Amino acid sequence: MQSQITVSGFGGFWANLKQNSMGVFGLIMVLMAIGMALLAPWLAPYDPNAPVKVTIDDIYAPPSPEHWLGTDDAAKDVLSNFIYGSRVSLTVGFFASFISIFIGGAIGIMAGFLGGRVENGLMRLTDIMLVIPDLPLAVVLVALTKPSLLNIIFVIGILGWTGTARLVRSQTLSVKERKFVLRAKAIGAGQFYIIRRHLLPLVLPLMVANTVLVISLAILNESTLSFLGLSDPTTLSWGQMLNFAFTRGAMSAGAWWALVPPGFGIVWVVLGCTLFGHGLEQILNPRLETHHLAVGEEMVAREDSRMTPGEIVELT
Amino acid sequence: MTEMKSIESRNLHPAMNLRSAPVILDVQHVSVDFVSERQTPAHAVMDLSFMLREGEMLGLVGESGCGKTTLMLSILRLLPAAGRIVSGKIDFFERDLLDLTEAGMNDIRWKNISIIFQGAMNALNPVRTIGDQIKEAIVVHFPRTSKQSLAERIDELLEMVGIGANRKDQYPHQYSGGMRQRAMIAMALACNPQIVIADEPTTALDVMVQAQILELLDNLRHKLGLSVILVTHDLGVVAEICDTVLVMYGGVSAEYADVDSIYNDPRHPYTQQLLKAFPDLSRPKDRLIAIPGYPPQLNALPPGCRFAPRCPQVFERCNIEQPALYQLGPFHQAGCHLLSAS
Repeated sequence: MQSQITVSGFGGFWANLKQNSMGVFGLIMVLMAIGMALLAPWLAPYDPNAPVKVTIDDIYAPPSPEHWLGTDDAAKDVLSNFIYGSRVSLTVGFFASFISIFIGGAIGIMAGFLGGRVENGLMRLTDIMLVIPDLPLAVVLVALTKPSLLNIIFVIGILGWTGTARLVRSQTLSVKERKFVLRAKAIGAGQFYIIRRHLLPLVLPLMVANTVLVISLAILNESTLSFLGLSDPTTLSWGQMLNFAFTRGAMSAGAWWALVPPGFGIVWVVLGCTLFGHGLEQILNPRLETHHLAVGEEMVAREDSRMTPGEIVELT
Repeated sequence: MTEMKSIESRNLHPAMNLRSAPVILDVQHVSVDFVSERQTPAHAVMDLSFMLREGEMLGLVGESGCGKTTLMLSILRLLPAAGRIVSGKIDFFERDLLDLTEAGMNDIRWKNISIIFQGAMNALNPVRTIGDQIKEAIVVHFPRTSKQSLAERIDELLEMVGIGANRKDQYPHQYSGGMRQRAMIAMALACNPQIVIADEPTTALDVMVQAQILELLDNLRHKLGLSVILVTHDLGVVAEICDTVLVMYGGVSAEYADVDSIYNDPRHPYTQQLLKAFPDLSRPKDRLIAIPGYPPQLNALPPGCRFAPRCPQVFERCNIEQPALYQLGPFHQAGCHLLSAS
């Protein structure tokens, strides 16, 4: 009884991830951004909060050996701002998306599994949230509350769950009808047990992959709100940098170095999250696992089976 | 009138012994409706009774859609949302399962009555290992089992159905169709139930594997003293391994008897037709005769006998009045007006 036992757990996870070059690429991009945010005090050449003496030449000064990415409207080092700005963007991105995923996942699973009136109520609520344009509502909510980091996280979090809820509900609906859920009922398992042991393992991969995608959306939303000047003016984020550069004449001064780095940072993280998210989706769903199938050329492993065109084979 | 078909009488379970064994499941006059808002309720099962004794294997035979699976799911109270058990009693060890609370029912499920579903692939969770899924049944009912004895029990169960214990950490897609069905059987036996319901356990398997699975089921039954309800289309299988047979037609019991009576002395025209539609190896030249027509629609049933529109021996009374079940011997019932005279 020789048989190949599947690697499971983290070892298997890494082994699978290694096969997915796009996923690895995305993960590296995200990890680089996180690393930059964590190591900001050591990486940044200047402290963005330290007061600087300003002369007219220091405002929007082009890149130079002292300031690799030039200076901004307040004569501060753009590179340092960029490095520190990643902290706020990532913090908001991660926490807001966790709120979204939690709310969306809970509502989706409840609606899908319980059905009936509960489902109707929850899904109408989702529809209402979905048709209200996000951005104006976010602007109103942030304007009503104090524009602090916490409020921004909260507002982005409670506005971003609708997509997740619909996704999770549809997956729950299809999993719920599968025979093994009936089997679990026949075993005598309770509803909570069935949700935890049978539904979640099949819904979770979708949620995890979705989380990574929602992170990128949350980062975009945060940048948008900051760009519109709705964030706490004392916290420095990439959106804030764009806002300052845009409203304070970087365009007319031709100071591309004040605009490109934050924009690049946003694209970097969003792209990294998207690639990693798709990679995760392929790995966490075992039905997409194909490593037990030989692929293409490798499938024929017989040494004598290759024939070159024009070759005459002698059959004995 | 009755075509005699000989089968070898088996010595596995002497009929007398079986008749003296205690009744563990007594289904009495059960009716199941499927309700919907727009249509009249569909009477999927009507006034159906049977009993199951210890160590007995009951074959449940009938065409697709005649209520076999519905009846089985009613026993476990697992009908889909529209299903309603509108009358009857299901006594399990003299306790009516229909009186139990949901929690009480959960306790009975699998520990006392387990079920092998048709189509093993769908009944297994694709993202969890086989071993884990067998463990589940034990953990739900005996949460304090130690890891050690759990692992031993899983190995033992898998060995029992002929799967190497080294394959317990594999996923369903790494198993062949036959192995999945074996794993389902192992799962069904996990809590040492008294009754196993095998709902078409061999659909979608090839003939060789079918034979293996049924042999396994039969062996395990004798070894473990199980009572088994085998739902099937295959009359050959029933003749081979069942002790008693319940023939269902359109949600009612057409004929209920021990296996020898069903094959050698079928009294209901439907049973007779069914046997004619099935090949008999001892008379290879006989033509198979299909039953004309279709099974009745369950929400538009004929007023009289449900088999009347297809019955070759139909007469006036059949279209007016539903036949009662006539007791034809100590263990032989059939529901047909032709039998009222005798």
